[in-house]
Amino acid sequence: MDIKLKIWRQKNASTKGRFEDYELRDVSPEMSFLEMLDYLNKQLIEGGKEPVTFEHDCREGICGTCGLYINGRPHGPQQHTTTCELHMRAFKDGETIVVEPWRSKAFPIIKDLAVDRSAFDKIMNAGGFVNIDTGSAPEANNIPINKKISDRAFDAAVCIGCGACVAACKNSSAMLFVAAKVSQFALLPQGKVEAAERVQRMVEKMDELGFGFCSNTYACEFDCPKGISVEFIAQMNREFLSAKLCAHKGH
Amino acid sequence: MIKLDSKIPEGPIAEKWSKHKTSLRLVNPANKKKLEVIVVGSGLAGASAASALGELGYKVKVFCFQDTPRRAHSVAAQGGINAAKNYKNDGDSVYRLFLDMIKGGDYRAREANVYRAAEVSNLVIDHFTALGVPFARDYGGALDNRSFGGVQVSRTFYAKGQTGQQCLLGTYSSLSRQIAKGRVTMYSRRDMLDVVVIDGKARGIITRNLVTGAIERHGAHAVVLATGGYGTVFYLSTLALGSNATAAWSAHKKGALFANPSFIQIHPTSIPVLNDYQCKLTLMSESLRNDGRVWVPKGQADKRHPNSIPEEERDYYLERRYPAFGNLVPRDVASRAAKERCDAGYGVGDTGLSVYLDFKDAIAKQGKKAIEDKYGNLFEMYEKITGINPYNEPMRIYPAGHYTMGGLWVDYNLMTTIPGLYAIGESNFSDHGANRLGASSLMQCSGDGYFILPYTISDYLADEIRSPKTDIKHPEFDQAEKEVKERINRLMSVNGTQTASSFHKRLGKILWDHCGMFRTAEGLKKGRVLLDQLEEEFWKEIKIPGDANELNQELEKALKVADFFEVGRLMMEDALDRNESCGAHFREEYQTEQGEAKRDDANYAYVAAWEYQGHAQKPLLHMEPLKFEFVELKERSYK
Repeated sequence: MDIKLKIWRQKNASTKGRFEDYELRDVSPEMSFLEMLDYLNKQLIEGGKEPVTFEHDCREGICGTCGLYINGRPHGPQQHTTTCELHMRAFKDGETIVVEPWRSKAFPIIKDLAVDRSAFDKIMNAGGFVNIDTGSAPEANNIPINKKISDRAFDAAVCIGCGACVAACKNSSAMLFVAAKVSQFALLPQGKVEAAERVQRMVEKMDELGFGFCSNTYACEFDCPKGISVEFIAQMNREFLSAKLCAHKGH
Repeated sequence: MIKLDSKIPEGPIAEKWSKHKTSLRLVNPANKKKLEVIVVGSGLAGASAASALGELGYKVKVFCFQDTPRRAHSVAAQGGINAAKNYKNDGDSVYRLFLDMIKGGDYRAREANVYRAAEVSNLVIDHFTALGVPFARDYGGALDNRSFGGVQVSRTFYAKGQTGQQCLLGTYSSLSRQIAKGRVTMYSRRDMLDVVVIDGKARGIITRNLVTGAIERHGAHAVVLATGGYGTVFYLSTLALGSNATAAWSAHKKGALFANPSFIQIHPTSIPVLNDYQCKLTLMSESLRNDGRVWVPKGQADKRHPNSIPEEERDYYLERRYPAFGNLVPRDVASRAAKERCDAGYGVGDTGLSVYLDFKDAIAKQGKKAIEDKYGNLFEMYEKITGINPYNEPMRIYPAGHYTMGGLWVDYNLMTTIPGLYAIGESNFSDHGANRLGASSLMQCSGDGYFILPYTISDYLADEIRSPKTDIKHPEFDQAEKEVKERINRLMSVNGTQTASSFHKRLGKILWDHCGMFRTAEGLKKGRVLLDQLEEEFWKEIKIPGDANELNQELEKALKVADFFEVGRLMMEDALDRNESCGAHFREEYQTEQGEAKRDDANYAYVAAWEYQGHAQKPLLHMEPLKFEFVELKERSYK
C-alpha cells in the first residue's frame, strides 16, 4: 500500500515545530506502525535527511515508551492497542496519516515526537509505594486476600505509564494514571495502612505539576491501551475525600 | 595475569550462604552515608539492588537509558517467577529447585550460586507480596501457582501473562521510595559507555546524556552493572530494541572476564517473522505450552488450513519424541525440535518457518472462559500482531533469540574480575548454566538485587570507609572520556551510505545462521570471516545524520552495533572452543544417535571465561572447573 504522512517535526524543546509531509510507497499491511516509521527513516537517512525521532523500546505493548497521537487519537484508531502493536492493516491504501507527539503542557516536547513524561515519576515518588524495607516482609500467605479484590487490584496495576490518558483529556488530566496506582494499593491490605496519606500526597503532586482537572468525558478510559476503568477515578475520589475528612476531624 | 577465584565457601551446600553471610563484614551507618554506589540498569536486578542499598543508607546513583526506570525490559517477562514455597504440597523444596536448575542448565552452572538463588527465592515472593504486587490467587485468598516448562512441580507465581511487569513495577515503587527519601539519585536517558578503573578498582563510569549528547563523568566507591542480556545481537529477538551489550562490553575491555558468551537461549514460542522490516519478535509465553499442543502436518509442505487437517495427519512431535515431558520440555529442546521439523520441510505458514501451537483440545476440555482467564492478554496480543484469532485456529510460532545465560564472569560475591565492579541479574553468567528454566530469571534478578548483593558489596565497602569521594578529575577519567569521545567522532566522521540498523540486521543473520540453534566448527569459522568483512564495511559505510551533541538515535544505535560485532566474534570463539553439545549450545558434530545433545563432562565441565586482548585479537581463555559435589552428573533426558 501507499500512504501519505503528516508528521510533527521539532528540532528541540526551544525551537518551534511544524508539520512535514511525506509520501511512502510499498508499505506492507503486515508492518507495525513503528516499522513503517523505521521504513520511512531508512529512506530519509539514505537520502541525506534527518530521520524522525520517536520513542519506542519493547515493541510488544508493555513498556509504555511509545506513544504517538495518530489521526487525532492517542495510539491511533484501534482500541486497547499501543502504537507499537498497531499494524498498517488498520489503515487504507492512499490514506493520509497525521502523526503528532502527546500534546500536554506537563509533557514538554524534547524532539519531533519524543516528549518528557518525567512528571509521572514525580507523582510516583510522592507516594506510589508501600513503605516496607527489604527483609521485613511477613510470609506471603499470612495475609489471605479475596480473589476478586486481588484481581481488581491487578486490573488497576496493569497501567503502563504511557500517558495516553493525559493526551486524550482536553484538560490534560492525569487522574486515571494516579487513580490506577492509588486504587491498586488501597484495595490491597498491604497498601491500605497508609492509603490516606498516599492519596493526598499523590494528588497534591499531580496538581502541582500542572495537570488539569478531570473533564468527566471518559476519554482517558476510551483511549487507554490497557482499558483501565474510570471507576478507579471514583475510587480515588472516595479515598481522597475520606482522607480529607479524617484529617479534618483529627483522626 | 588474572587468576580466577570463585570464592565458593566451604561446607555443605545448604549452609554455604548462611555461613558466608555471617562472615561478611558490615559497614556502620555513619560510614554508609559517605559511601557511593553506582548502579547501571533499572530493571528487576538494578532497581532491587538500588532500593536495598538505599534502605541500608548508602548513597546510590542509578542510570538507565529509558526515560524512566519503570520501562526496563524486565517489564516484558510474561510467565512467572519461581519460588520453592511448596504451597502445592507436591514435593517441592529449595533442594528440588536447585536440582531442576542444575539439570535444566545442563550441568554447566555453579552449584553454590544456584543453590543460593533457590534459597532466597521464597524471600523474594514474600517481599513482592508486601510491596503490593498482585500475584494470582485462589478463591481462598492464598497465592496460586502454576507449572512451568521443564519441571514436574507447580512453583511458579504469576500475574496473568504480565508477571514481569508487576514485579518490575513493585521494584520501581521501592526505588521511587528511596528516590523520595533522597538516598537514590536517578539518572534517566543515559547510556553507559565506559567504566573507569583507578588503581585497579572500579571507581566510576562515563555516560552519554541522550538528550543533550553531553559526555558525563560519575564517580563512586563501587559500580554495579545490572545491564541485562545481549540477545539483541541477533537483531531479531524477543528483547526490547534498546537492550544492548555496550556497558558490559566496556567492562570486558577494561579487564572483566566474559563467561560462556555462546550460551544464548533461543525461546521456542515467539510469533514468526511477518515482514521484511520487522525488527522485533514478540514472545508468546512458555506458559501457553501448559495447555497448547505443538504440531506440524505429517506431510511435507502441507498448505491446507490447519483446521482442515484431520487429527491423524498431525504430528505432535514433542509428545512423540518426549513422552515423559511432552509439550513441556525445556526451551532448548523445544526450539531445536521445531527447527528440525521446519528444516525437514514440515514447517507451516508462507515461509515454512513456523509450527502450530494449538488450543483446540484445551478449549474443548476446559471451556473458552478458563483459557481466557489464564491467557487472555496473550491471545489478544497475538491477534493484534497477526490478525488471527487463536481461539478459532492454532497460533503459529517459531524460535527466537531470547535470553543470555552467558555474561560477565563473577565470583560467589557477584564481583567481576575488576575489584569493586559487580554484575547482577542477566548481565552475569552464574546461575543458569547452558540453558535457563522458565520463570527463573525474575527470580534470579530480584534475589541478586534484594537479598544477595547488599550483603556481599558491604564486605567490599568495609575496606573503602577511608577512601575519599572519588575525584572525577582523575587522569583515568580524562582518559576514559577521551576514548569515548574519539569513538563517537570516528563513527560520526565516516559519513557513509548505510544505516546502523541495516548493518545490525546483516550481522544478526550471520550469527543466527552460524552461531544459532545448530552450530558446526566449519560454520563457525565461516561465520567469523563473514563477520570480519561486515565489520570492516561498517567502519567504512556507516551513516549517522545529525550531530553528536543532541538527541541522536542513529548514533545511539551505531555505538551499540559497533560493540555487537565484537560480542558476536567472542560468541563464535566460545562456541568453537566448546567441542560438545550442552543446553542451548548444540554442535552438530556432538549429538547422540537420536539427535540429542551429547555433553562431554570429562573435557568441558568448565566455565569458559575470556579475557580481552584487543580488537579482533584472539582472547585468552581462563577455565573455571565446575565441581559437582552435591549433584551427580547425568545425561539430561526428557524422554
